[in-house]
Amino acid sequence: MSRPRVRVPRKIKKGDTVTIKTLIAHKMETGVRRNKKTGKLIPRKIINGFEAKIDGKTVFKAALHPAVSANPYISFAISPEKSGKIDFVWTEDGGKTFTKSAKFTVA
Amino acid sequence: MSQTDVSGGVHRRSFLIAAGAGGAAFAAAQFTPGIALADKALTAQAIEKAIGDRKPIEGRVTIDGPEIAENGNTVPVGFEVESKMAGDDMVKAVHIFAEGNPRPEVANFWFSENSGAARGAFRMRMAKTQNLIALAEMADGKVYMGQRLVKVTIGGCGG
Repeated sequence: MSRPRVRVPRKIKKGDTVTIKTLIAHKMETGVRRNKKTGKLIPRKIINGFEAKIDGKTVFKAALHPAVSANPYISFAISPEKSGKIDFVWTEDGGKTFTKSAKFTVA
Repeated sequence: MSQTDVSGGVHRRSFLIAAGAGGAAFAAAQFTPGIALADKALTAQAIEKAIGDRKPIEGRVTIDGPEIAENGNTVPVGFEVESKMAGDDMVKAVHIFAEGNPRPEVANFWFSENSGAARGAFRMRMAKTQNLIALAEMADGKVYMGQRLVKVTIGGCGG
């Protein structure tokens, strides 16, 4: 599971706002489904948090609830002032994290 | 938007489904009004938890989704808030709620000075035809609201 994927433009024109797209493979188990054989509830396990940081500074953050579909796709905008690195962190119930980063230049 | 128009549309759709798939869908449609009421109360609670007793002002927030979603398991939703994203005219957060899901909370998003625009997109599960609500919390403390009705053909809440 997981395999995060992101799309970040390599080159960004100064002053421009660009769209970042992210995707992570995850079942997003809601916690309300039952095992068909045993009738027991399948425990909740979702990606509950997402954060994007540019050079260590949070630029965008999200909290996700079970209503978010499996393999959560999130897109958002950034308008960075200078070239740098963007780090993405997804947090799963229980605290496990998945990360991905990308570099971009602003000119 | 007139309420009768909306339920009229739903009803006709349910009837078409029922004609194809037997009476179950029709029976379900018969019960939705009562459930919808309970959901509204739940949603109001969730909204109060997110923004306190501030009163949302209609406008500036657009929430976008398909008019008819065939698969409730993955409904693409987008949102955008009119804002300069600087100074006082800055969106701090956007909260998304679904009135007709078992739990109204869908997602919360927070922005920064480097966001450039308060917009985003994601995919969500929808149990049935329902209203989506987006609330935008501004830096000056005001809260704006946008709504969108999405009709769902096949609900997506696992099972």
